[in-house]
Amino acid sequence: MMSSAAVAQTEITLWHAMGGALGESVNALAEGFNASQSDYVITPVFKGTYEETLTAGIAAFRAGEQPNIIQVFDAGAATVIAAQGATVPVQDLMEANGVDFDIEDYISGVRYFYADSDGKMIGMPFNSSSPIMYYNVQALEAAGVTPPATWEEFQDVTAPALVEAGYIPLAQSHLPWIFTENFHSRHNLPFATNNNGYDGLDTEILVNNPAIRAHFTALRDWQERGFFEWYGTGWGDNQTPFEEGKVAIWLGSSGSFGGLSQLDLPFDFSAGFLPYWEAVTTSPTQSFIGGASLFAMADKSDAENAATAAFFDYLASPEVQYVWHRDTGYVPITNASYELAKADGHYDRFPAAEVGIQQLSLPSGEHTRGYRMGFYVQIRDVMNREYGRILTGETSVEDAFNNIETEANELLARFAQTQG
Amino acid sequence: MKRALFSNIWLPVALLLPQLVIIAVFFYWPAGYAVQSSFYLQDPFGFGSTFVGAGNYQSLFRNNEYLKIANFTLWFTVIVTFFSLAIALILAVKADRVIRGAKTYRTLLMWVYAVAPPVAGFIAVIMFNQSWGPLTEFFALFGYRFQVGVNFNDTAFAMILTSIWKQVPVNFIFFLSGLQSIPRSVREAALIDNRSASGRFWTVTFPLLAPTGFFLLIINITYALFDTFGIVDTVVKGEPGNNPMTLVYKVYVDGFRGNDLGGSSAQSVVLMALVLALTFVQFRLVERRIHYT
Repeated sequence: MMSSAAVAQTEITLWHAMGGALGESVNALAEGFNASQSDYVITPVFKGTYEETLTAGIAAFRAGEQPNIIQVFDAGAATVIAAQGATVPVQDLMEANGVDFDIEDYISGVRYFYADSDGKMIGMPFNSSSPIMYYNVQALEAAGVTPPATWEEFQDVTAPALVEAGYIPLAQSHLPWIFTENFHSRHNLPFATNNNGYDGLDTEILVNNPAIRAHFTALRDWQERGFFEWYGTGWGDNQTPFEEGKVAIWLGSSGSFGGLSQLDLPFDFSAGFLPYWEAVTTSPTQSFIGGASLFAMADKSDAENAATAAFFDYLASPEVQYVWHRDTGYVPITNASYELAKADGHYDRFPAAEVGIQQLSLPSGEHTRGYRMGFYVQIRDVMNREYGRILTGETSVEDAFNNIETEANELLARFAQTQG
Repeated sequence: MKRALFSNIWLPVALLLPQLVIIAVFFYWPAGYAVQSSFYLQDPFGFGSTFVGAGNYQSLFRNNEYLKIANFTLWFTVIVTFFSLAIALILAVKADRVIRGAKTYRTLLMWVYAVAPPVAGFIAVIMFNQSWGPLTEFFALFGYRFQVGVNFNDTAFAMILTSIWKQVPVNFIFFLSGLQSIPRSVREAALIDNRSASGRFWTVTFPLLAPTGFFLLIINITYALFDTFGIVDTVVKGEPGNNPMTLVYKVYVDGFRGNDLGGSSAQSVVLMALVLALTFVQFRLVERRIHYT
């Protein structure tokens, strides 16, 4: 007791949704921070899935028992950012505590996703990922093809050859994220009104457009021709057939890299950019980031906020980011950490580990910054439901997108009312 | 029944108080709060809110999907209740006749009771794994590709099967003890009057089991409506997608996953009304026909 009174350490908590090996990486991160200085102690607490973590944080906030830092995923960002009194913008927090902060230090694909409409960073990007294309090297060799750059190439060259070679050519793990949100971003198509939702609450979704309808019509066609297989909404159900060597190309997260590398796969895998439709654009743009960011919750003492700022500063340091990137496969969030990873030869050893950040660093466009929509978790649920029905032949592409548009706009209007 | 008389009004009140406080705090208060928030749309963090009157209810009943989920819940409840009771009754009647090794049989039939719903769901997920699940392979023998999480009916089948499997032991225990409490004299008298075993069952044993059966009917409907939550959640792997779901799961999806407090409160109120109506029907219409010894 005496010693703790002599060196009063400020204790802060971090609620996160990183289970398993990722959770251990978070614990290592916290231990590293605690060992790096003697003023502050951070305690990470695993709260379940992303949805459960956000809900736990909300309940705790209402009871006045909120943690200092909470991890919030991409689809939940609108909820937490709209509730302006719930968090302290990370940029304000850093400046108030005299920590050097320059948003330009962050890589361009990551910089503004969790920012407000003026470009002020609200949430600190943490585990940032991007959907990329993994492929089975031996399968593509056996079929005598190279990884497809466009969906036209996939359809006309890659898929027929892979079927010939005895493979299921394509699977993916998240239809709303990969084939909807990032479909819009890769083709620089507007995803919602109000600048993809950043500029106001009276936003309407623009998902019912000819390009994406054509994409899902093609998917359905590929499914019938044996070019594409859908194993349900569950992430793992779609990843397993790739790991088993049945599926040749799998669209997953750049954050899947760490997990795949640790498996004893019966083949070599590599990765490439998410293909695009040449018919839609000849200059494909960067993808959105997925994953989650850290928010500093409001109503905490100055001492605790100083600890939170110190932790964020530690987290953004190139060395820490590089270790996090190397161990988990999530992209490094700052330019300096990316340079460090390059200098250390990480990408010479694992070329596939660089694909995510390269894709996030592709040319940006008017609509590639991100999206901000309330009740987006339910909007994703609606998408998943309708896509499932398309792919099981229960509904047509037109009806499905009409339903998504109607229900999503209703949810957006309801969300606007929650802020009234 | 004998009526107990207390000379002092405060003693019974004091005795009842703890129970009443528990009910008020853990039931009436949250229920009242749910009714109140069902008329608002509110920011989950508690900053903004808008009074929308019956808006949440209107958008609920305008929504085709909600009606589909209600329809699925109805069928799910009927099927799970019927088969859980029927299978348990058959097993109990058969086990009641077993003399040698009776205890072993009974124990074997009961032990699934100890399995928690999410664990039962997890067992289903393993059995129906798309790549290597034993039951998936069994269906493949008949040339059927069973896909939980892809095909709506396959997923519904897995949920229903697991829910029944999980519930049969509870019903079995109650039916068995119900059978064993039927007096020997009654059975022997029946044996003289009626030679057919099935005739004896339907005219003597079944009516005498009615109080147990009625109790189990209520328990099973409640189970199918509410307690199967863990099974549904595990079988769909937390992703509703195009999978079947029950009304309770929908409350969770919108309220806890989606943070739509107003909408999910309205759904909870609908469920409360449903349970009230069911209770009324059960006690007013069904229980009157039951003879308690």
